[in-house]
Formats: sequence, structure tokens, C-alpha cells
Amino acid sequence: MKLILHIWRQKNAASAGRMVRYEAGDLNADMSMLEALDVLNERLIEKGEEPVAFEHDCREGICGSCGFMINGVAHGPQRLTTTCQLTLRHFKDGDELYLEPWRAKAFPVLKDLIVDRSAFDRIIAAGGYISVPTGSAPDGNAIPVPKDKADRAMDAAACIGCGACVAACPNAAAALFTGAKITHLGLLPQGEPERHERALNMVAQWNLEGFGSCTNLGECEAACPKGIRLEVIAHMNRDYLAASCRRR
Amino acid sequence: MSTTAVAVANRKSLRFYDTTVGKKAVMAVSGIILFGFVLAHMAGNLQIYEGPEKLNGYAKLLRAMPAALWGARLTLLLMVLLHIWSSVKLALLNKLEARPTGYVRHKNQSASYAARTMYWSGPIILCFVIYHLMEFTWGVGGTPYLEGNVYANVVAGFKVLPVSAFYILSMILLGMHLSHGLSSLFRSLGFDHPRYTPVIKRLAVAISTIIVIGNISIPISVLAGWVK
Repeated sequence: MKLILHIWRQKNAASAGRMVRYEAGDLNADMSMLEALDVLNERLIEKGEEPVAFEHDCREGICGSCGFMINGVAHGPQRLTTTCQLTLRHFKDGDELYLEPWRAKAFPVLKDLIVDRSAFDRIIAAGGYISVPTGSAPDGNAIPVPKDKADRAMDAAACIGCGACVAACPNAAAALFTGAKITHLGLLPQGEPERHERALNMVAQWNLEGFGSCTNLGECEAACPKGIRLEVIAHMNRDYLAASCRRR
Repeated sequence: MSTTAVAVANRKSLRFYDTTVGKKAVMAVSGIILFGFVLAHMAGNLQIYEGPEKLNGYAKLLRAMPAALWGARLTLLLMVLLHIWSSVKLALLNKLEARPTGYVRHKNQSASYAARTMYWSGPIILCFVIYHLMEFTWGVGGTPYLEGNVYANVVAGFKVLPVSAFYILSMILLGMHLSHGLSSLFRSLGFDHPRYTPVIKRLAVAISTIIVIGNISIPISVLAGWVK
């Protein structure tokens, strides 16, 4: 199988980048998108060229390291699938693919397809945690959690922080990511005491990082490989509005 | 340590209206009030089908309550200013700052045409509102104007084809603007529920459609000669 890959090549954060066309041969339908890049990189190294830099770690769709735009869609055309889990069988032999890094002011490109997502870490540091020491695991039913809330918190906690929501959003907003964290912690009894402070601080940090605003288009939800729903954005807005009213 | 302290101080300095979430809440609330006006305005105008006495009597009734009339006018003006100011601030952030380098290829997967064109439908509706006031409130729209005779003004105004055409186009854009805004505002204010949100979305489209049909029926009726 062969693919024509147009890949964003950029030497470092300071230099200008450009799209470069590659013909990637020796591929097969069972390979993942990242394995296709591995094969391309081996050929590039053999020819003495600089390999394409991209982020990856677990390659099983759970770590949140990988991800780039494939033909204008974050993580490519297959829904609920990270780039590392996207297999080439979703493409036809000879297809032309455009691979670009996530684009956002808050996600500067470091090299080729790698962007700096430290902005997400700073949003987490602003309130995406529970301050009290949790100690050892408590007894199973010591803190009752309604099933419905536990499920919704778990769904929100599925966010792996890959950044596809920002990349897919026409405004480069970090609403889905921030909303997922606020919902995940705010729904549980352990996160409840800091619920309002968390919403104020995480929303403020999202804004300070230079991300755009949510316009309720739903592009993030469509791109999210973990199926995080727009509902988390409403949850965040609700917590933020309540916190703003009660703020002293 | 010092950088953490600076970060916390910066976060604390952001008040409600400084944040994107706060501005969207302002847009949502001002939008609801403006929508209420659009609905009431249409209900009032549809009295044109009951004849000149009825419509002119209704206009007279409104003018007979200057305190309420001016209270409503000033409230609406304030809402228009808040709605525009918030959207301009957010649009500048979203369009110019948040993504300095765009994509070579980009495909939308879920955003509706109406939602993506809010930045265009909004300003066109503003232009329309200004012309609409010039024509039917101030009497400087270039169409025949008789003080106090709303019925005659409407008929004379809509007999001019370009005026009717601009009106119809603006109403369709208003309908598109509302079809996104009426459901989107719920999420901006913190409400999204798997059972109710799909219903709200359908209702928003239905109400927007009713507003478009109700309003454009007037110029169409005038042009067709049903209302004269």
C-alpha cells in the first residue's frame, strides 16, 4: 500500500515551516498511522534526511501523547479513535493525506508535528486536583456516590488531554478539556469542597493561556477520541457562573 | 515559587466579564431579552391582518404609555450594546488571536451553517434594524411616511421591491441567527441534558422558522396585494 503524505516540516519553534510531499511506500492496511510514519522515517534516515518528528507513547489510545490533523480532522476520519489507533485500512491505496500539527496560539509548534501542550498542564495546575490528602484507599462504601454521578464523572475522566478539542475548534477554545476536568472532579464528593474555586481558577487559566472562546459549534465533541460530551462545557459554565455570584 | 504566585495573582485579577465564559453569559442573557422583543414585535405586527384600525390602535396604545415605551427602548438599546460588545470582543479573540497560523486543510464535522455564520448574520441584522427604524420609526427611510398611520407606512414601504427584498433576506438571516442562538444560550448558561437538549434544539429551529414565516408574510402579502 502506498500513500502520498503532505507533512508539515518545521525545524524548531523559531523557524518557519512548510508542507513537504512524501511518497510513502511499503505500507499495509494493518499498520497504524504512526507506524506509517515509522516506515517513512526509516526511509528518510536511510537517505540521510531528517525524520518526521511526532509525539507518541502508549500507542494504545490511552495516554494522550499522539495526535495531529489528518486531512483537516483532528486524529483523522475515524471517530472515537486516536491517531495511534487509526489504521490505514480506513484509507485507499494512493490516497493523499495532509498531516499538520494542532494549531493554536496556546499550542506553539516545537518541531514538525509536535506542539507544546504545557498550557494544558497549567490549566490542571490551576485547580484540576483535590487538595486534601487522600491517604490510603477508603473502604468501598465509606463515601456514598450516586451511580449516575459516578458514571458521569467517569465519562468526563476519560479525557486524555490530547488537545484534539482545541485543534478542531474553529476558535481554538479549551472549553471541552477544561470542562471535562471541572466536571470529573466537581461531581464527586471528594472534589465538591473546591468545586467553585476550581471553576474560577481553571477558566481563568484557560483564558490567560490565549485559547479562544466556546461558540457551541460541537466540533470538539466530534473530534474527541474519548467521546467527551458537550455537557461538560455546560457543567463548567454552571459552576463558573455560580462561583462568580458567590465570590466575595 | 514566584512564578506560581504571579500566576495566581493573574488569575485572581480576571473578573467575571473578563473571561470568555462570562462574556458568553452576557451574550446569552441579552440574547434572550432581544428574542423576547422579536417575538412580541412580530405578535404586534401580525395585527396588520386585522385591518388598519386594529394595527394603528395598537401603535397608539404603545405611544400612550411613554414610561413603559421608553423603559423598553432603553433596555433594548442596552441589550443590543451588550450583545454587540461581547460578540466583538470574542470575535476578535477567536478570529485574530487564538489561532495565528491556520490549517492548510480544515474540515468541519458538526458545526451548522447557521452557527458558523453568526459573525455575518449578526452585523447584517444590525444594519437591517437601523434601516427598519429609519423607515418606520423616524420616517427617513425614503418610503412614504405618515406620522401615526403605521398601516399605511407598512403598505407603502413594502410596495418598494428592494425594501421588501432586504427585509425578507434579513428575516431569513435573523431566523438562522436565532436557530443557533436559542439553543446555544442554554449551554452558555450552564444547561445541557441528554433528554432536554435535543428537544430544545428542535424547538429553537421551529420557533426561528415561525418567526421567519410570520414576519416575511407581511411584505409578501403587501407585494401580492392581499394587504393594501
